[in-house]
Amino acid sequence: MTAHDEHTEHETTGNAGGNDDEEHDEVGHDAQPGVPTLGREEQPSIFVPDDGEPATAERRDAQPAATDGGVKSATGGSDSTELDPGTYDPVDVFPGGDLDLRDGADSCYKCTSCDTSCPVAAVDDEFPGPKFQGPEQWRLKRKDDHDIDDSITSCSNCMRCDDACPSSVPLSQMHNEARGQFVERQMEKLSREYVRNRILSNYRFFASIASKVPRLANFATSLPGAMWLAEKTLGVTGEREFPPFATQTFRSWWRERGGAQVENPDKRVAYFHGCYSNYNTPEVGKAMVRVFEHFGYEVLVPPQKCSGTPMFANGMLKDARRHAETNVEELVAAIGEGADIIASCTSCSMSLRQEYPELFDIHGIEDVSNHTFEALEYLRIYEDLEEALADAGLDRERAFAYHAPCHARNQGLERQAVETFRDVDGVVIEDVGDSCSGISGTYGWKAEKYETSMKIGEEMFEHMEHAEGEVGMTECPTCAMQMEHGTGYEIEHPLQLLEDALPISG
Amino acid sequence: MAIDSDVLVAGGGLAGITAAVAAAREGADVRLVSYKASTLRQASGLIDALGYLPPTEPAKPLRDGPPTAGRGVDPDEWDDPEGPLIDPFEAIDRLPEDHPYRILGADALRDGLALFDDLVGDAYLGSHTERNALLPTFGGSVKPTARYPRAAAAGIASDDASTLIVGFRSLTEFDARTFADRLTAAGVPFPVAGAEVEFAEAFRADAKITRFAGALDLDQPIDGTPAREALAKAVAPHLHDIVDADGGVERVDRIGFPAFLGDEHADEVRAELADRLGADVFEIPMGPPSLPGLRLEDRLYKALDAEGVRFETGNPVVGVETDDAGRVEHVLVDRKGREIPYSAETFVLATGGLVGKGLDSDRTGVREPAFDLHVPQPANRYEWFVDDVFGEQPYARFGVRPNARGQPLDADGEVQYINVFAAGSVVGGADVAREKSASGVSLATGHVAGTEAAAAAIEGTTEPAQ
Repeated sequence: MTAHDEHTEHETTGNAGGNDDEEHDEVGHDAQPGVPTLGREEQPSIFVPDDGEPATAERRDAQPAATDGGVKSATGGSDSTELDPGTYDPVDVFPGGDLDLRDGADSCYKCTSCDTSCPVAAVDDEFPGPKFQGPEQWRLKRKDDHDIDDSITSCSNCMRCDDACPSSVPLSQMHNEARGQFVERQMEKLSREYVRNRILSNYRFFASIASKVPRLANFATSLPGAMWLAEKTLGVTGEREFPPFATQTFRSWWRERGGAQVENPDKRVAYFHGCYSNYNTPEVGKAMVRVFEHFGYEVLVPPQKCSGTPMFANGMLKDARRHAETNVEELVAAIGEGADIIASCTSCSMSLRQEYPELFDIHGIEDVSNHTFEALEYLRIYEDLEEALADAGLDRERAFAYHAPCHARNQGLERQAVETFRDVDGVVIEDVGDSCSGISGTYGWKAEKYETSMKIGEEMFEHMEHAEGEVGMTECPTCAMQMEHGTGYEIEHPLQLLEDALPISG
Repeated sequence: MAIDSDVLVAGGGLAGITAAVAAAREGADVRLVSYKASTLRQASGLIDALGYLPPTEPAKPLRDGPPTAGRGVDPDEWDDPEGPLIDPFEAIDRLPEDHPYRILGADALRDGLALFDDLVGDAYLGSHTERNALLPTFGGSVKPTARYPRAAAAGIASDDASTLIVGFRSLTEFDARTFADRLTAAGVPFPVAGAEVEFAEAFRADAKITRFAGALDLDQPIDGTPAREALAKAVAPHLHDIVDADGGVERVDRIGFPAFLGDEHADEVRAELADRLGADVFEIPMGPPSLPGLRLEDRLYKALDAEGVRFETGNPVVGVETDDAGRVEHVLVDRKGREIPYSAETFVLATGGLVGKGLDSDRTGVREPAFDLHVPQPANRYEWFVDDVFGEQPYARFGVRPNARGQPLDADGEVQYINVFAAGSVVGGADVAREKSASGVSLATGHVAGTEAAAAAIEGTTEPAQ
């Protein structure tokens, strides 16, 4: 038949259903042959394993994403194979329309800025770097005869390469896709590594059980030999101490408090607290609520699951999608009530904003992305924080060593804490530099990655110790773990300092 | 609106930073937004002003009739550019009339260079004279440049000191022997030899350069030997590689390495190597990843911080909104899906050219996508380029056209927005690649745009007349 049949080896086995010839044939002949007509947000453009969910009618009608770009001949995919030199225009080889990730792969001009910015490649000789993991591997796996290189599991998903790329190659999206495929197709499901990664990425599940009996859980994890056992049986590093569970979760505090204390249909925010603020550091969540109420916001706390960050980083895309379905449904409802979504963790906000629409095709997911902000970011946009802090201050001077999480950088937030607080009375704040903390969520918890993680963190530890502050500050809970682990400092969230500095009663 | 400043600069390259600092020094409250990590890390670290004068007319007249470019008929021919120029300032009058140097004047370039000198301090040389220096660059050519990093100083090509160029077996893109041959062919006044050594072979290809730099910076052991000592040992057997026509052997006076001799402690690395080898040591600028570019980026962003400029990277400027008087009220920054207004009194556009994506193009035209400023261009796209790849390519001079204050003009030659200024590669009129003028154009336009934007913001001269 035509050129269309030659490119049925597309990789999107996701929601679009099977890629049998019949379906392909049916959708293949449109007005402009070879040109995919659907926009990226409308199609499940990347590998999202989702077995068990029947393809919806809507999706059956949709074209499968033409991940190969739909281009096979110099005539732009038309049936004719003859070139007419009189009318031939070299530009015609590239039809318009969305070419899925091919666009991204083609945008790479191999400048190596991503490799230069990669914290793992800087210390790990075995790791080929983001340029390979992204555009190069993407090309290799166009044909089914290539496995995903197992080095993809060494990528920590810090996403610094996204920020470094001058050509807007969607590197982290490519990494997420490759990692998802690797885990789904090549990883042994009974292996210790798979089980360990599954457990780590489903932190919320275990934390929700532990937090029912926080004191017992804290006692158990602090028992001599508990972490040794975790290392021996699961490959979770025994070098770190397990973060303690709060005796009362944020959500339980919220219920006990009677929910929102401010009602304001004109200024509403829905708080996406994430797992860590709920189970481990409810003080961050409480600070968020008090600060936003101080500025007259009505705070909603919708039901929610994990943002998916640890799942993406472990290639557990099915788990992430399951959680995303709940989150999107609940958050879209909140948006319907006039709320913007506020996260206090920069990885949660990163996930809802960027990874969600890149990876999943769920109704309303673009709305969630467009309405999500980090807490301090939101106040800096919509409130006059400078004015509010002009007369505020701390009673007793405190000095902070601030570390900007990698995921904050990609959202343009790397300077927000320093710029907000540097002129506040009683606050000394110093940026400890642009290096990565090295923990990257679950990465630094893996026994075989622990050393790499600490090597990456070395520069940050050193700069923290040189900084005047004896208290660390960051927006990311796992960066905070690493900062504490490497220096012994107590770590706070910017919202906590904001709560202290502003005249908030109670 | 909470996000407000006197001056907002869009773009984090050399031009944007220059404009931001110039504006801050005028007393303005300045904010800089940059879509991606600064492209300075891809720059050579050499600061050129004007190295060549390319011809703007073909050697034989282009044939009449429809444009032929790209169709392989009757190709045009062009003379070689004039140069290398000894004095960039003297040549400015011979540039095309709409070149930014002609529009802004030679003093804009002097001011831009002076600001740069002040920001980089003793890390750069060349400010003692207005004349160009000649520096060897990656590939074995010699480049006229106005300022150069201290790390490259010992390599200056007008010196007659005998030179060894060191390459690495694992660094295939840098062939030291070819490099030496090309320098000789270029007629440099010094004897030169190339040698390939083995060093740190285990480093992974993808991040090799930064690993080399990191190991030397911290003097980390490589196979048990500290990196600097290991490198000196690898080079030592080649100190007498220069053999003259009579078979006489000469010990080299200076040694050039690809530019990865350390990062934060680069001065220390060079000093130790020089000490161990008994010769001056210099770096040859490379393509990306460029350590001289990374070092310059670090230095300039620290300067931004010190000047009190607020900055952020990660989100692009995607549009503007104007008021009734035709003034830009704010730019829209796409913060992952939501367009957030950033308001300011005045704006500096420094988003880069065609490569930096400050200009966008497709088959139908070339546009400036952030402010939608006027970009003059032939309607027929076959007139955008000529056959000779190294000829006078019209597209190379595409960009917005400013007046003497750096304000972009519309199609009628009128100021398009009274409170918008432009700097860097988004400004057209210069063929920076052939002229070797990219840094100078960024510094000159950046200085003018920043200074003018600050003055207008502070004096409130952008307010519509009452």
